[in-house]
Amino acid sequence: MSGGDKVRSFGGFLSRLGGGPRPADSDSPGTSPPRRHAHDGSVVPTKALRKFLSYLGSHDAPVLLDCGPVVGSNVTFFGEQLNCKVYIEDLFADLDRHLRAGTVDAFPAFLAKRLRLGERSVDGVLLWDLFDYLDRASAQALATALVRLIRVDGALLGFFSTTASPESGFTKFVVVNEAQVRHRPYPSVATRQRSLQSRDIIKMFTGLSVSDSFLLHNTQREILFRKPRAGAGGRPTI
Amino acid sequence: MWKRDEIERPPAGGRETPGVPVAPGPAPAPAAHSVHAPEREAKRPMERDVVNIGKSVVIKGELNGSEDLTVEGHVEGKIELKEHVLTIGPHGRIKAEVCAKAVVVCGEVIGNIMATERVDIRDNGSVDGDIVAPRVAIAEGAHFRGSVDMQRKSAPAAAAKPEAKPAAPASPAGPAAPGGPPRVGA
Repeated sequence: MSGGDKVRSFGGFLSRLGGGPRPADSDSPGTSPPRRHAHDGSVVPTKALRKFLSYLGSHDAPVLLDCGPVVGSNVTFFGEQLNCKVYIEDLFADLDRHLRAGTVDAFPAFLAKRLRLGERSVDGVLLWDLFDYLDRASAQALATALVRLIRVDGALLGFFSTTASPESGFTKFVVVNEAQVRHRPYPSVATRQRSLQSRDIIKMFTGLSVSDSFLLHNTQREILFRKPRAGAGGRPTI
Repeated sequence: MWKRDEIERPPAGGRETPGVPVAPGPAPAPAAHSVHAPEREAKRPMERDVVNIGKSVVIKGELNGSEDLTVEGHVEGKIELKEHVLTIGPHGRIKAEVCAKAVVVCGEVIGNIMATERVDIRDNGSVDGDIVAPRVAIAEGAHFRGSVDMQRKSAPAAAAKPEAKPAAPASPAGPAAPGGPPRVGA
């Protein structure tokens, strides 16, 4: 089954589970962007996820690193439909723990050693919106660690907000289908930090190149990175 | 219960004469024996259906068995229940390598889990470790950190298939990845 077939079969799989509404017409000009604070179980569109799934599906038994909290249906999907070996490393919980303990200054050093996977051992990384909650030092430490883990031709998907918010709390991203994710907020003491410029984000992921970048109606930016082959220079492209 | 009543009825069947003692003949004995026996036999499989390890029990070492097991206590070491179901109850605390047909986690497991059928982490369950199973269900609210490998490609387990499967790990003769073969951490 090709990568595209696997992704197309996902829709049928999810409908059998009873998941998600049909893809909304998110591109219609008259649609006002959903409020950014509506991380309330609402279903929002995604453009980069489809491509990410396609990259994963092109591998036989891809290794996927999920930086977020465990979502049962996501594990089932990635494991059953895409035959992934999924590593769940809930870095959000680590951040929350450090914030509560008042040790967030040590978080960059913690992140540098946190991920137990070997160099170039991962085909895909789901960063979700973790970067939004990290200070610059932590963000850079994490980016460096992730770049090291990703194999050549591997992919990393991240969501980056373009507006700051004082609200605390995290969001679980539940994959509804290749074009939609459901936001499921859950409590945390963490708040979104300043929003980074695209060029700053790209600079942090030196070693990866931007494959796709989308600015959605909900003011969230989706960036899909790829690790180029040796000799490609790793120069970012937009 | 109905079998007990049957024993108490007069063996001649139906002639109930109040006040007249009914002499116990040889007939009741085999009847009583045959009534008890199936009842006892019916009880035996039920008694052996599930073994429970209570909340106050602490086991350190290897735990093997050939029946279903529910753990509400503490187990440290290794649990092996081939062809049977292991249930970690809400009070169960396991620090062990687990191998079973199916594993249901309502308590806490620190260690790797291998199941030939499925692993089910309930909403109050917590697992820190790697899971290898063809089906894995993780409920909302459950805690999990580790890896999930459903091994959909090749059937793992018992019978080694004769067909040669070109192994996954390093690509020996292919284009060499700069930095050496990838290594997946344990």
